[in-house]
Amino acid sequence: MCTYIVEKVSTEGSGKGPDGWFAVTDTTVSYDHPVHASAEHTLNIDFLNPGKGASARVAVELTAQSARELIAAIQRTLEQVPPGL
Amino acid sequence: MSDAFLSQTITITSDGEEIEAYAALVQDTAPRGGVVVIHHLPGYDEETKEIVRHFAALGYNAIMPNLYWRDAPGASPDDAAAAGRAKGGVPDERLVADVAGGAEFLRALPNSNGKVGVIGYCSGGRQSVLAACSLELDAAVDNYGAFVVGTPPEGFPLKVKPLYDLLGDLSCPLLGLFGVDDQYPSQEHVAELEGLLTEHGKEFEFHNYEGAGHAFFAVNRPAFRPEAAKDGWEKIAAFYGKHLGA
Repeated sequence: MCTYIVEKVSTEGSGKGPDGWFAVTDTTVSYDHPVHASAEHTLNIDFLNPGKGASARVAVELTAQSARELIAAIQRTLEQVPPGL
Repeated sequence: MSDAFLSQTITITSDGEEIEAYAALVQDTAPRGGVVVIHHLPGYDEETKEIVRHFAALGYNAIMPNLYWRDAPGASPDDAAAAGRAKGGVPDERLVADVAGGAEFLRALPNSNGKVGVIGYCSGGRQSVLAACSLELDAAVDNYGAFVVGTPPEGFPLKVKPLYDLLGDLSCPLLGLFGVDDQYPSQEHVAELEGLLTEHGKEFEFHNYEGAGHAFFAVNRPAFRPEAAKDGWEKIAAFYGKHLGA
């Protein structure tokens, strides 16, 4: 089924889309049917800049297990950063 | 009689606005019915365009409105679908307007017999029933649409409502195709819908496929079940043959 589960967060950074780099201002996270991944539902992350149009988007569709491993890798990476850096 | 059809991207009018749609139009002049195809949540994609062409190969004029056009006009379909997803999906009123625009386009074709059916998959299954309860149509097909009936799980951030209040307004016969292993809709949901349609005196035909779950028609997904899909296509062809024929 379509879950319609979506979380949104403001974001500061950059992403590389089909037309090159752009400033990322927003991120949406959803758990729903993917467009491309071979799974019925995936954890989908869209890094966006709505001010530049719907095509200013870097998209990933991850299995739930891959998404959890990514979260852990992000956490481990951030924990290794020296204080104040 | 020619089996040629022309498939292309066009614009149709929905609620006074122009939106994109994909059409496959039979070139033969003999009168025939039309089908409005409602795409699933991931969007106005190549696989659903193939379904539109399949209906033309079966002899129907077919059209699929791009339900996310208003969310991101001109964007690629997957980007537009992401924009629509971020907004919580397609509002019910807009869906009804887009299907109405598609039906009006089909009825105005020179080779239309005036009859129009609707079909949808996944979220489009519910939307097919919604359209058939909101518009005067001649046949509707619901392929495993969740939340036609049923209570969403606690805490579920559902942006759409079940259709209990509308089922009495169903304007045409309904074909429902479901997977026995599906959880949304489950077999209990299917049985509940059967009961309500019977209470309302509506004409319907439901089939439940063993060994199939959600999205068994989706040829590009792991849920594809060829036996269920083949039989389902035969059921759809027979149903539309009966209700959309000249």
